[in-house]
Amino acid sequence: MIVHRTAGAPGVSPGHQFGGVEVVGVSKAFGSIRALEDVSVTIEPGTIHALVGENGAGKSTLGKIIAGVLEPDAGHVAVAGHVIRMRTPRDALEAGIAAIEQEISLAPNLTAEENVFLGAEPRRFGFIRRRDLDRQWAELLAETGFQLRGNALAGALPLGERQQVEILRALSRRADLIIMDEPTAALNEQEAAVFHATLRAVVGRGASVVIVTHFLREVLELADHISVLRDGRLVQSSPASGQTEPSLIRAMLGRELSAVFPPLPTTEVEGPAVLRVRDLVAPGVDCVSLEVHAGEIVGLAGLDGSGRAELGAAIYGDVPTESGSVEVLGRPLGVHQPSGSLRQGLALIPASRRDDGLFLVRPVTENSSISSLRRLTRFGVVRRSEERRVSKDVYQRLDVPSGRGRQPVSTLSGGNQQKVMLARVLLRDTKVLIACEPTRGVDVGAKSSIYQLLTSLAADGMGLLLVSSEPEELIGLSHRVMVMRRGRVAAELTGAGITEEAILTAALTDTTPIEESKA
Amino acid sequence: MTTHETATHAGGLRRSWDVLRVRAARAGIVLPFLIAFVVLTLISPPFATHDNLVNLLDQQSAVLIIAAAGTLLFVSGGMDLSVGAVYGLAAVVTAALAQNGNVIVAIVVGLIVGATVGVLNGLIVTIWRINALIATLAMSFIVSGIGALATSGDSITLYDRPEYGYLAQTFILGLPSSVWIMIAVSIVLGLTLWGTAFGRYIYAVGGNDRAARLAGVRVSGVRIACFALSGLAAALAGLIDSSRVLSAQSSNGGNALTFTVIAGIVVGGTSIMGGEGAVWRTVLGVLLLALIGNGYNLLGLNPLYQQITLGVLILVAVGLQSFDGRLRRWFTRLRARDGRTATATTAA
Repeated sequence: MIVHRTAGAPGVSPGHQFGGVEVVGVSKAFGSIRALEDVSVTIEPGTIHALVGENGAGKSTLGKIIAGVLEPDAGHVAVAGHVIRMRTPRDALEAGIAAIEQEISLAPNLTAEENVFLGAEPRRFGFIRRRDLDRQWAELLAETGFQLRGNALAGALPLGERQQVEILRALSRRADLIIMDEPTAALNEQEAAVFHATLRAVVGRGASVVIVTHFLREVLELADHISVLRDGRLVQSSPASGQTEPSLIRAMLGRELSAVFPPLPTTEVEGPAVLRVRDLVAPGVDCVSLEVHAGEIVGLAGLDGSGRAELGAAIYGDVPTESGSVEVLGRPLGVHQPSGSLRQGLALIPASRRDDGLFLVRPVTENSSISSLRRLTRFGVVRRSEERRVSKDVYQRLDVPSGRGRQPVSTLSGGNQQKVMLARVLLRDTKVLIACEPTRGVDVGAKSSIYQLLTSLAADGMGLLLVSSEPEELIGLSHRVMVMRRGRVAAELTGAGITEEAILTAALTDTTPIEESKA
Repeated sequence: MTTHETATHAGGLRRSWDVLRVRAARAGIVLPFLIAFVVLTLISPPFATHDNLVNLLDQQSAVLIIAAAGTLLFVSGGMDLSVGAVYGLAAVVTAALAQNGNVIVAIVVGLIVGATVGVLNGLIVTIWRINALIATLAMSFIVSGIGALATSGDSITLYDRPEYGYLAQTFILGLPSSVWIMIAVSIVLGLTLWGTAFGRYIYAVGGNDRAARLAGVRVSGVRIACFALSGLAAALAGLIDSSRVLSAQSSNGGNALTFTVIAGIVVGGTSIMGGEGAVWRTVLGVLLLALIGNGYNLLGLNPLYQQITLGVLILVAVGLQSFDGRLRRWFTRLRARDGRTATATTAA
């Protein structure tokens, strides 16, 4: 910490001039994955600066580096011309930078006011000076124009007001720069409107705001300056006035391909659907209908939080649905639970195999056979030789090194762990497979062989729903792509119409006017 | 050697470490048990006699039966503090019925009472989502309260019903039936955990309940079944002990029994976090604690030291588990640093 700020009473009016933030030549890698490479951005005082890009473009990482949550591998962040080394969010806060995470971090059982001044209460002899607290609270409200009740419990406030509490907290610590990651992802239109007014009030005070977001229309409405990231590099940083949604999408396009895709098998889309979803309503899913035919790979695209992952979970029965129906091979799912879905031939590979898929200390074989024990047992006792035999066949097809069957599954590489998840599906008579992020965290070689396997499953007549955040994967593997946005299917793309541009446009663009979605 | 080189080794090391530590955890209890056995044989002549050993097993049969079922429950991620109370309640229920009625019917009813309390525990934990520790603690108060209420705290004697004694006191091949029942229960539950689909599900539920659910395992059903087994085993243990002395009192068993059971399971090396463990390890764990008690008796040492030894032993057993966890985290961090060092080298 080189920059030092005098710690006075947490007043409201900025008695100093904020000089802006400069990000110079910042690089960051996680393991072998380059998240950011040589990125330089200047954030002017009194502006709203938006960082946009696809999933994995590096925008959140950049936001976290500016906020001091992450340390860059190379390059630096300078505040008002001073290079600062931020090791912790506290250092950043002292430099006048505050971060507001996507997940709001308020103490739900404290009041709004207590949350704002938490850890910085005006005190005398260890006792909180209630009157000073109330005065400062009133000053903050007057400054921002927020309509908040100070004595309301934070946990009981609607999301938009909880964000206001977070913003007030940042302002009360004299933050000159507030970084917000996906601030409106969870807000409805009305709350978003309140939020926009909030941000204008904040920059009106001379502070700056950095928003990291997917929503391009919002960016164009709000931001003064827009920086576009792609594959960890800054591709464009310019005033918002000259930009349009298409121009931003064009700048985001053109990620490099990192794997070879096998040719897609041709399908009989005319045949009966193996999976039919009608008007499904579930948490994060707002009335979705879709069909998957035998031998077809249907991609499910969309940004994080668009309902892409939620739809997969809802179809599989992992979360209770509110209404709508799911049919497999023309028969509605009886018990809408994973066990029931599996019995009717619907399987799911979860996005996070470590959290939701594997039993890490258990042997490889047990991990792959867990869903098929019914046919591998006699009087409840597992027939081990039979288990070994069928596993061996599957591992051969999957190209998993033989002889590892009795070792804990945690000793396998990421790619082989994912193949164990696939083995679980292959050991059953699976008609429909929901594959969520099937190549997340696997190396390039394993990626190609997983792609090959998925297409061969389709060629054998399985119907696949491929839930993925990688446009490249969706383009290379899908016969059809459904693009999700805000819980609904925003577009359906087929054949040559499946392009990165089309996916991004549908995922990012708000086509429904605000008036309509309000009604 | 540079940091980078050390870190690169960590990947391979971590893998062999994983294999090693799982094997070590599985075998960990054997060595201390053998040492205790050999030492006692050497320094105390009466120890390795037929009478002493049979007596030891007979005394431990109740604890072993409950702990064998408790192992399944622990592996599934559960915990049962009500076993001591169920042990007492089942004994008085059966004794009261056996006083004037059919002994077999009395035994069956006693077992049903235990299983019912177990199912209730399971339902409370899975449906109300109350922490197993708290739920079974509360159940323990309720059950022992019911037992005391029904009997007014008096003991029920069955001296005029010697046939009730057959349950625990029939000698077959030189061993009392209590020991045979204990052996049978341990083997059946051990094989269940090791070789059946239900056993696999228990490991799955305790190791990662979300993954188990997504893999099609009926998680709540498995949990409830484990609680039911625990209650059933506690009842059976209560019946065996009351059959041995032909009297029952609701205050028998209690927390002392519950804690002995838990201590045995933990010392055996079954993880309190669930997902790992085996019945044979629990058997050795319980017997190790029994050997230590037996040793103190035979050697005429102050029994107060025995309690201290017991406490230290539990701490060592659990400490090894958490030390193992810390080592694992250390290896993970080493790998993370490997990633960072690698990119820093290329960036430079």
